Amino acid sequence: MALEPATVRRIARLARLGVDDTEIARLQGELNAILGWIEQLGELDVEGVEPIAGVGQAALRLRPDLVTDGDKADAVLSNAPDRAGRFYAVPKVVE
Amino acid sequence: MLTDLSLAEALDGLDRRTFSAVELTRAHLDAVEQLNPRLNAFITVTADRALDQARAADDARAGGTAGPLAGAPVAIKDLFCTEGVRTTAASRILANFVPPYESTVTAQLRRDGAVCLGKTNLDEFAMGSSNMTSAFGPVLNPWTRRDDPSALLVPGGSSGGSAAAVAARLALGATGTDTGGSIRQPAAFCGITGLKPTYGRCSRWGVVAFASSLDQAGPMARTVEDCARLLGSMAGYDPKDSTSVDRAVPDYRAACRRSPKGLRIGIPAEYRLPGMSAEIEAIWQQGIAWLRDAGCTIVDVSLPHTKYGLATYYIVAPAECSSNLARYDGIRFGERVEADALDQLYERSRAAGFGTEVKRRILIGTYVLSAGYYDAYYLRAQKVRSLILRDFTDAFAHVDALLTPTAPSAAFAQGEKMTDPVTMYLNDVFTVPASMAGIPGISVPAGLDRDGLPLGLQLLGRPFDEEGLFALGTALEQAAAFSYRPSIRAGAAS
Repeated sequence: MALEPATVRRIARLARLGVDDTEIARLQGELNAILGWIEQLGELDVEGVEPIAGVGQAALRLRPDLVTDGDKADAVLSNAPDRAGRFYAVPKVVE
Repeated sequence: MLTDLSLAEALDGLDRRTFSAVELTRAHLDAVEQLNPRLNAFITVTADRALDQARAADDARAGGTAGPLAGAPVAIKDLFCTEGVRTTAASRILANFVPPYESTVTAQLRRDGAVCLGKTNLDEFAMGSSNMTSAFGPVLNPWTRRDDPSALLVPGGSSGGSAAAVAARLALGATGTDTGGSIRQPAAFCGITGLKPTYGRCSRWGVVAFASSLDQAGPMARTVEDCARLLGSMAGYDPKDSTSVDRAVPDYRAACRRSPKGLRIGIPAEYRLPGMSAEIEAIWQQGIAWLRDAGCTIVDVSLPHTKYGLATYYIVAPAECSSNLARYDGIRFGERVEADALDQLYERSRAAGFGTEVKRRILIGTYVLSAGYYDAYYLRAQKVRSLILRDFTDAFAHVDALLTPTAPSAAFAQGEKMTDPVTMYLNDVFTVPASMAGIPGISVPAGLDRDGLPLGLQLLGRPFDEEGLFALGTALEQAAAFSYRPSIRAGAAS
C-alpha cells in the first residue's frame, strides 16, 4: 500500500501539520519505507486473537465525580501564547 | 572525589557528616559547569535551587527529619514537569514552557530529600535512540573508542542526557523514561545501570506523554543498589494516574541482597539474531555463565513473536503519539506561529515547533488510525501485541526471569544509522518486546567491546517482580565487576 503524494498531503492535513510542497517527496519516501517494513505483520495469522490496547488492568478504576482541584485560571493560562483576560485568545473563527 | 561516590556511599557519608549536602551538591554543580559545555547532557541547570535544596537537606539531617535521599544530587530527564522550572521535552514547541505543577515522580524524589541539579537532554518528545533528534543539540557519550578517541559517539536515547550525566559523574543518579528501550539502551551505551519498571509501577502524571500505554518512568544510576534506592522513592500508587497500580512498594534495597540461587533463567532463542556481532553473543554467553555460577538454572525458552515486536511498536507508538501530540496546537501552551485563520495557526505552529522524527511519527500514527486503514494496521498491531504478551506469559510459567543482550551494538557515532529511519529503529530490537508486554527490565553493564565501549546485559522479569531483577542484577554486577570509567568524567584530565 504505497502512499501517493496526495495521500501524504491528506494525512498531513488530518494531523494539522503544515507540510511544504518541497517536503512531500522526501516524506513520501520515508513513510513508504516505514510502512513497507511494517507490512511484515501481514504474515501472521491473527484470526481470533483478542486485540489489546494496553497491559494494565482490564478495566480502569472509577472514582467519585467530584471537584478536587480548580480555581487556578492564572496558573492554567500562565503558558498561553495569547490571552484576553481569563480566556485564551485565538484568531476569529466565526464570521 | 565526591563525584566518584555511588549514591549509597554518598548517603552514607552524609549520614556520618563526612561532608555536607551543600559540599556534595557543589561538587556536582562544578562538574556540570566544567563538562556540560562538551557533553550537552543538561538542557537546564538549576544551580541556585539545587543549593537551596541541599541546605534544606543539611538542616533536615541536623533536625533528624531527613528523608531517605536527603541531600543526594540527581538529574531529571526534561520530560518530567517541574514546577517553576522550564520543561522542554527537547522540543522547540515547548522551548519556553514552565509548568505550574510538579510531576508525581519528581515530587516524591523531592519529598525524600533528593536535590535536583537540572533537566537533562533527550530525543525530542523521547522519540529516538541516539539523542540526535533533540532541538537542543545532540548529547555526547562520555565514552570514547580506544583507537579513535576523536569520534563523537551517541549516548543512546531517548534518556541520553540522563545516561551521559550519570556516567560522567555529573549526577549520582537520574530519572529516565522508557517507552521502547529509552532507559535500558542509553544505560547500556553509557556503561551504567537502568531499570524500566512494570507498567503502572510509577505514576505517569506530569510526565510529557509520548505513547501512554508504554511510557514508564525509571531510575538510572551507576549501581544496581542505587537504582533500587531511587525506585523506592519514585514508585507508588497515584490516584492522578488511572493506570497507576495500587500496590505496596517493596523494600528494593533488601531485594539486592537476596540470593539468586535456584532461580530459573530463560534464554530466548529468538534474541539470537542472524548476523549478530560475535562480541554481543560472547557477552551474552558470559552472562549466562555468571548466572549459572551464581546458582541459577539456565533454561532455553522460545518467544516466537519476537521478530514482530519492532513493527508492532512502530504502529502502536506512533498511533498513540499522534493522538497525544494533538494537544500542541499553539493555543493553550507552547510556541505559536500567528495566522489569520485558526487551522492555519495550528498547521504553522506545529510545522515550526516539531522536528523531523516527531513529524514522521505523527504522520505514520495519523495514517494507521485513519478511516480505511485502522483495521489493517492498528487493529492488527493490537492483536500481535496480544501474541507478544502471551509469549512472555508462557515463558514465565517456566522461568523466573530472562537474560538477553540490551542492544545489538555498542554506542555508535553521531550521524551513523541516520540514512533511513528503520535502521535507527533496529537499535531497540531487544528492548521493545518487553515494553509491549509491560514487564520490567534492567540493563547492567557487563564488559567492554574491542573498541573499549561498554556493553549491557538485560534481565526481564514477571510483572511487578522488580525485586527479582534487583537480586539477579546484583549477581551480574558482582560477577562482571565493571569498574571501567569513561574518558570524559568529572576529575579526569581532559
